[in-house]
Amino acid sequence: MAHIELPEGLPGIRGPLAYSPDTTRPLCDLVETLLYGPNTLTRAEREMIATYVSAENDCYYCQTCHGSTAAQLLGGSPSDYQLIDRIKNGYTSAPISEKLKALLVIAGKVQMGGKLVGSHDVELARTHGATDKEIHDTVLIAAAFCMFNRYVDGLATWQPHDPEMYREIGEQTARLGYAGRDWKQPLKTVKGK
Amino acid sequence: MPHIQLPEGMPGILGPMAFSPETSKPLNELAEVLLRGPNTLTPGERETIATYVSSENDCFFCQTIHGAVAAHHLGNNEGLVKSIKKDFEAAPVSDKLKALLAIAGKVQKGGKNVTGHDIARARKHGATDKEIHDTVLIASAFCMYNRYVDGLATLAPDDPEIYRRNGKRLAEQGYIESTADQLQKQYV
Repeated sequence: MAHIELPEGLPGIRGPLAYSPDTTRPLCDLVETLLYGPNTLTRAEREMIATYVSAENDCYYCQTCHGSTAAQLLGGSPSDYQLIDRIKNGYTSAPISEKLKALLVIAGKVQMGGKLVGSHDVELARTHGATDKEIHDTVLIAAAFCMFNRYVDGLATWQPHDPEMYREIGEQTARLGYAGRDWKQPLKTVKGK
Repeated sequence: MPHIQLPEGMPGILGPMAFSPETSKPLNELAEVLLRGPNTLTPGERETIATYVSSENDCFFCQTIHGAVAAHHLGNNEGLVKSIKKDFEAAPVSDKLKALLAIAGKVQKGGKNVTGHDIARARKHGATDKEIHDTVLIASAFCMYNRYVDGLATLAPDDPEIYRRNGKRLAEQGYIESTADQLQKQYV
């Protein structure tokens, strides 16, 4: 049971987003810019950074939603979902670019604490072609998910373990992004209570 | 030196905000609604929560500027802010604020650390669902702002007078207006 009374039938962050519209608008504008807006990093790459940080923070809902969104952006096949699992379980051996690996190193340091990012981490990312803007965005995506994960788990939100629900969420978000959504809209995969 | 090339003369979060206006807009709007919007928690109480979390995250810039904003709201009581950072349970603040700071401290370490016991303590001292929600989100948001500021290795001035001056301005003008002003001119 959630720590406060949230609208029913809305999993994860959807409960608090529906509960507090005043804070939801800037939260969704932020994540829209970070994960959906124009960028030299692909949407899938940015969702992977969000997924990895959420996994490191052990937030089941966020890592599964953003993992599903990343997989959908790659095509949505079982092998796309497997790639996301590999990134979460040790991205160094995953078939992704050296640049993305270097950005995931930075994201992982930010997750543990901002001061842990060393200039050698930033140098490594630069060696593999990362720009200042991409490094900035990686730090802010990682920082933002340290917020979203705590928001979701700090209120003890409802986080069902149903792969079909996360597939639906991934498909939706891959298509619609984040800003201006109606978070009260029920999910087809969530049966009425 | 910051990890990326940020506009010069803008310490702390102002450098990244000048670097990335499109993300700075929602970041300032979020701070404004959380810390200054209509709320049954006073701006002083909410800035205290932000300061405490920033201190637990060891972010010098954030804890000093929000500590200065909090002190301004609390009648220029810098000693009170200091005592809250050091040991809020022993500080002369309400039992409700102590219970909310306990929740914020748990969130800082990780969301799952907040227990039913922590919530029950806050409720016992009169905290509403909305106040608990806002405390969790303020604490979470400062786990973001702190990492943003330190993760880019931004520069922070040492001079307490700079923080007093800017803390007063932020307390009076708010995050959206004040930051827009600061991004126009040199931060002094």
